[in-house]
Amino acid sequence: MAHYWQEIEALTLRWVRRLSREKFSMLFTLVQPMLFWLIFFGNLFQRAADVQVTQAPNYISFLAAGVVVMTVLNNGLAGGVDLLFDKENGFLERLMSAPIHRSSVILSRFIFVMTITSLQVLVILGIAFLFGVHPATGLPGVAMILLIGMLFGVGLTAISMAMAFSVKSHGDFFSVLGFLSLPMIFLSSALVPLTAMPTWMSVLAQFNPMTWAIDAVRPLILTNWSDALPHVGMAIVVMLIFDALCLYGGAKAFRRAMG
Amino acid sequence: MDRTIAIDVNRLCKSYDGHKAVDDLSFQVYAGEIFGLLGPNGAGKSTTLRTLITLLHPTSGTATVLGHDTVREADLVRTLFGYVPQERAIDRFLTGREHLELLGALYHLTKEEAAKRIAELLKLVELEEHADRPAKTYSGGMKRKLDIACGLLPNPKILFLDEPTLGLDVQSRLRIWDYIRMLKARGMTVVMTTNYLDEADQLCDRLAIIDCGKVKTIGSPAELKVALGGDSVSLTIKETARLGALASAIKGQPAIRTVNATATGLDIRVESAEKALPAILEAANKLDCRLDFIDYHRPRLDDVFIAHTGRSLKDAAPAEETT
Ligand SMILES: Nc1ncnc2c1ncn2[C@@H]1O[C@H](COP(=O)(O)OP(=O)(O)OP(=O)(O)O)[C@@H](O)[C@H]1O
Ligand SMILES: [Mg+2]
Repeated sequence: MAHYWQEIEALTLRWVRRLSREKFSMLFTLVQPMLFWLIFFGNLFQRAADVQVTQAPNYISFLAAGVVVMTVLNNGLAGGVDLLFDKENGFLERLMSAPIHRSSVILSRFIFVMTITSLQVLVILGIAFLFGVHPATGLPGVAMILLIGMLFGVGLTAISMAMAFSVKSHGDFFSVLGFLSLPMIFLSSALVPLTAMPTWMSVLAQFNPMTWAIDAVRPLILTNWSDALPHVGMAIVVMLIFDALCLYGGAKAFRRAMG
Repeated sequence: MDRTIAIDVNRLCKSYDGHKAVDDLSFQVYAGEIFGLLGPNGAGKSTTLRTLITLLHPTSGTATVLGHDTVREADLVRTLFGYVPQERAIDRFLTGREHLELLGALYHLTKEEAAKRIAELLKLVELEEHADRPAKTYSGGMKRKLDIACGLLPNPKILFLDEPTLGLDVQSRLRIWDYIRMLKARGMTVVMTTNYLDEADQLCDRLAIIDCGKVKTIGSPAELKVALGGDSVSLTIKETARLGALASAIKGQPAIRTVNATATGLDIRVESAEKALPAILEAANKLDCRLDFIDYHRPRLDDVFIAHTGRSLKDAAPAEETT
């Protein structure tokens, strides 16, 4: 157990070091979602979006939940990229030829991605706060948002890692990534509520776990606990099922790649 | 020398989508020796090493390291060796010292043990001054040295080196040969791959020549050369169109063993150069072939290679990669 922890600590430290040395890319990953989605998109649609439809005091407060979950989505789906590079340049082989637990590298990556995602979610909620979006359920609500984000993020990161272990080239990885992420966003309640969608889209959106996560986060920000709790409960169930499926697939891909 | 068997590879096969990368490969490595796997690109050397480091499961056959099976006892086997991969497996963003610290933790050393070992290793590979710079600022040779230091960090009984000197300058190569000899002197067993004949010849106690996933021959460089017997004559001629005729004219002569055509001449194995040379010259004269160059020598490792694979390593291997 002490060994396990020593491995995970050292491997997580490596991810932190890599990030801290890529200051430019760090800035972009941190700033991009809030700048692009929350500030530009949110303000752009402030008047175009119909308050009757969104059922929110203004579009930014409606969008905040979507941006939070979108951040989880993007971080999660990109979570395997570093492992992909490690696989391609042989570093992963070096790590895995050491007498470490087979799960240490992966676990360290989960810990790192979840931590960075949570920090980003907090920053987004902070920026939204500056635009007048005050989470209705207070700090406990924020904690619940983080929990939902992490539950969703685990599955997404597992998908990303599974892809990293199975693709033949990193070109494939990034094409699949691009192919996954935009439909996930548009076929969800991130930008408009399901009621405002064409029927076929809203039907598809109901099969998108992202919709369930957003529908739980949104009342935590906009209304109150009694409104939010049923959604939160459902979201947790959906996320657990989603995670189980993704982790199963991820474990299979990993075992195939690492012998 | 100690004849304990350190590594036993038994009828190993590994296929990728039906293509046999390693095909019924068997060899043994004795404790304390430097063992070489010599072969052209794509011969299956790295694949064999990846099996030994437990990261590939054989399609069939087995491999054991110090008596432990690389599949069933993979966890144990991983504590026994150090590994230097063929590609420079370096994280550009980490410093040299951070690489070694990371591995120190993965081999479960305490902070003090690790610090001591890291200081020794940095000194050994002469990277002390550069230890705290990110690896992206290292030259190719410095990266290779860091790679080797990483392989040595666990202070293993067995070291696997995949093409340790690929793309290095002459001085760095010689220095790395010296390290490897020193490691052997300390009692380490070294298994290395190479496609340099001189490296195999000068460094390895024993070697296996591998081609197309199969072992062609095994022995010490001296044994392999003696086993060929006789001398080698190589010649090149101007009228390459007449090579075939010349080859068949020479083939029948006494004292000639085998004749191999190359692109511009012939490689001839003979009983003794003194007896064979006159016959060869006479045959060339008769056919009106003007000799560009002729040379005879005791068997060299490239002759061994040619004799066992039917081609020269230089022909088999595409232009040397430098990455
Ligand atoms: N992951 C893989 N998938 C498919 N084929 C592979 C894979 N790895 C190796 N091969 C094939 O197996 C054969 C042996 O490869 P290997 O890397 O062992 O050669 P090598 O002797 O190390 O060559 P080199 O001197 O170029 O390093 C090659 O034909 C190669 O194309
Ligand atoms: Mg190789």
